[in-house]
Amino acid sequence: MSEHVRDDELLQISDLRIGFGAKPGEASPIVHGLSLSIGRGRILGLVGESGSGKSLTCRAVMRLLPDGGHVLSGSVIFDGRDILAMSKSEVLAFRSSEIGMVFQDPFSSLNPTRRIGSQMIEAIRNALNLSKEDAERRAVSLLEEVELPNPAAKLRMYPHELSGGMRQRVMLAIAMAARPSLLIADEPTTALDTTTQAQILELLRRIRDVDGTSILLVSHDFGVIAEMCDDVAVMYGGFIVESGPVEEVYLRPKHPYTKALIASVPTLAVPERGYRRPTIPGPPLGTTPYASGCPFAPRCALARPECEDVSMTLLPVASAHTSACPFGGE
Amino acid sequence: MLNYLFRRLLLGLAQLLGLVIVVFLILQAVPGDPVRIMLGERVPAEYVETVRERLGLNEPMLTQLWTYLTRIVTGDLGESVTFGQSIQTLVASRMEPSAYLITYGLLLAVIFGGVLGVFAAVRSGTVADFTLRILATALLAMPAFWVGLVLALIFGIAWGLFPVSGYQPGLVGAFRTLTLPAIAIALSLVAVVLRTLRSSMKRVLDSEYIEAARARGYSENRVLARHALRNAVTPTISIVAVVVGFLIGGTAVIEQVFSIPGLGSLLVQAVERRDYPVVQAIALLAGTVVIVAGLVADLLQAALDPRVRNAIRNG
Ligand SMILES: Nc1ncnc2c1ncn2[C@@H]1O[C@H](COP(=O)(O)OP(=O)(O)O)[C@@H](O)[C@H]1O
Ligand code: SF4
Ligand SMILES: [Mg+2]
Repeated sequence: MSEHVRDDELLQISDLRIGFGAKPGEASPIVHGLSLSIGRGRILGLVGESGSGKSLTCRAVMRLLPDGGHVLSGSVIFDGRDILAMSKSEVLAFRSSEIGMVFQDPFSSLNPTRRIGSQMIEAIRNALNLSKEDAERRAVSLLEEVELPNPAAKLRMYPHELSGGMRQRVMLAIAMAARPSLLIADEPTTALDTTTQAQILELLRRIRDVDGTSILLVSHDFGVIAEMCDDVAVMYGGFIVESGPVEEVYLRPKHPYTKALIASVPTLAVPERGYRRPTIPGPPLGTTPYASGCPFAPRCALARPECEDVSMTLLPVASAHTSACPFGGE
Repeated sequence: MLNYLFRRLLLGLAQLLGLVIVVFLILQAVPGDPVRIMLGERVPAEYVETVRERLGLNEPMLTQLWTYLTRIVTGDLGESVTFGQSIQTLVASRMEPSAYLITYGLLLAVIFGGVLGVFAAVRSGTVADFTLRILATALLAMPAFWVGLVLALIFGIAWGLFPVSGYQPGLVGAFRTLTLPAIAIALSLVAVVLRTLRSSMKRVLDSEYIEAARARGYSENRVLARHALRNAVTPTISIVAVVVGFLIGGTAVIEQVFSIPGLGSLLVQAVERRDYPVVQAIALLAGTVVIVAGLVADLLQAALDPRVRNAIRNG
C-alpha cells in the first residue's frame, strides 16, 4: 500500500479497519478497510448519515478510540509517520502540537468548572514551553484570531457564561494553540443555529487560508460540505462509497447513496407549501450487522442480486473521482 | 459568591434556630411529669417543685422557650440533674475522645473511600472494580457494633495489637485506643464514599470535555487530577456531610462497645438516668455539628463549581 504515499499528502489512511469487542480478536468490525487522504492546506469533507463511522475514523486518527474500540488493521500515516505505531508519549506530543480537534457539542466540550483563561493557558503551556504571562498573552491573541470580542474579559469567564457559538470559537482557539498542521472538526456546527453555523464555517475556511492548516471536516449535511471543501469522501455503513474533488462529486455523483444524500440537501429558496424534503427510504443504518456485499442494498432503488457480491473497492469514474458502486453510473 | 455566602449563612442560622426549638421540645414531649420521672418516685414533692422551678418548668411554654434560647445563645447549657455538675463541665470532660473518634473515622472514610472510588472508576469493568463493588456491598451490610466486636477479637485479643477498651488522652494514646473503634464506624462509610465517588467519577470520565482534554495531549494523570476528579468530587462532598451525621450516631454505639468515656456513652448514661437537660445538650451539640458540616459542604461545592453558585443566584 505504501507505493501510493504521495508527499503532498499530509494524512494518508490506508485500509483502516475498526471494531468493537472485549479483545481485538473478538471485535466485530464497524469500519471496513477505509482509505482516504488529505492534501496539505486542503479541506476534506467526510460526509454520511449518523452511524456510518465518521467519528470513529476521527478518533482513530487521534488515537482516542472509546473503551472496547480497536484498530484491527491498516495504517494512518501523518507527515511520514504511522500514528498507529506511535508510543504513548509520542501520541501525547502529537496530540498537543501537531493536530487539533473540535467537537460536535460546544456546550459539553469545555470543562464547566474552570475559567476559559485557565483552560486555554493550560493547553498553550502543555503544547509550547511558555511562561504563564506569555501564555496568557497568546490566549488573548488566539481569541482575537477567532474573532471573539473583548478577549481579556472572556478569559475570566466560565463556559456557561458564553453562547454556543462563542464556546465553539474558544474550542477552535484552543485547537489552534500550537498551530497544528491538521485540524479535525467533527460536526462542529451541528449544535448551532444557522447564522452561527455560517460564521464558524467562515472562520474554519480563514484558518486554512491564513495558516495553511489542513482540515478534516465531518458533516452529515452535503450542503455544508459542498460549500466548504476541496475534496469529499462519502461514507456509508463503515465504507467510503464515493470520493473525489467536491465540485465533481456534487455535480456528477455516481453512487446511488451520494445521489440520495445530495437530493436531501435543503435549498436556500423558501420551499413551496406542502414540499417535503426527500429522505432516504428504507431501514436506517446500524439496525443489522454488516455481512457482505453493498451495505446500501436494503435501501437502494437500483439494487439487484449482484449487489450482494460487490467488493466495495473504489472504482475510478473520472480523474481522482471514484465510486464503490459498479452499477450506479448507468 | 458573596451573595451566595450571605444567603447560605442565613439558612444555617435558621437551621440552628430550628434545632434549638426541636431540642427544647424534647422535654415538653416527655409523657407525664418530666421532673418526677427524672427524680424518681421516692423524692418528696417539695423537692420536685424546687427542681421544677430551677429548670423554669413552671413558666408558660413560650416564656420557657425564650429563656432557653437566650441561655443557649450566651453559651449556658444549664445544670445536670443527676451528675451533680454543670453540663458545660460534664460535656467538656467527655468531648475529647468523641471529637477524635469522629475526626479519625471521617479521615478513614474519606481517604480510603476516595482513593478506592477513583481507582474503581478508572479501572471500571475490570476484576479489581468488580471485587471492590462486592466488598462495598458486603461492608454496607455489616453493622458497626458487630464489626467493632470482630476487630476487637482479632486485633485486640488474638493479636494484642490494640487495647480493646478504655481511652488514653493525647495523640498517641488516642491513636492506640481509637484505631479499632474508628475502623468500626468508618468501614461502612468507606463503602458509601467509594460508591458515590466511583459513579460520579465514571460519569465525568465519559463526558466530552474529558475527551477534549485528552485530545489536547494531556497526560492521563493531568486529565484525572485537573479535570475529572475536581468535577467528580462535588457530589461526593454532600455525601460526606451526611456521613458526618452517621459518624456521630455511630459513636454512641461504638463508645459502648469499646468503653470509651465520650459523649456517646454520656448520652447513653443520661438516657438511662432520664437526665433530660444532658440529653438536650448532647442533641444540640450533635445537631450543630451536622448543620455546620452541611454548611461547609455547600460552601465548598460553590467554591469548586461555578454552576452551583449560578443555579442558586438564579433560583
Ligand atoms: N463506544 C461504542 N461502543 C460500541 N459501538 C460503538 C461505539 N461508538 C460507536 N459505535 C458503533 O460505531 C458506529 C459508528 O459510530 P460513529 O463513528 O460515531 O458514527 P458517526 O460519527 O458517523 O455518526 C455506531 O453506529 C455504533 O454502532
Ligand atoms: S452496489 Fe447495488 S445496492 Fe449498492 S449502491 Fe450500487 S446498485 Fe445500489
Ligand atoms: Mg459522529
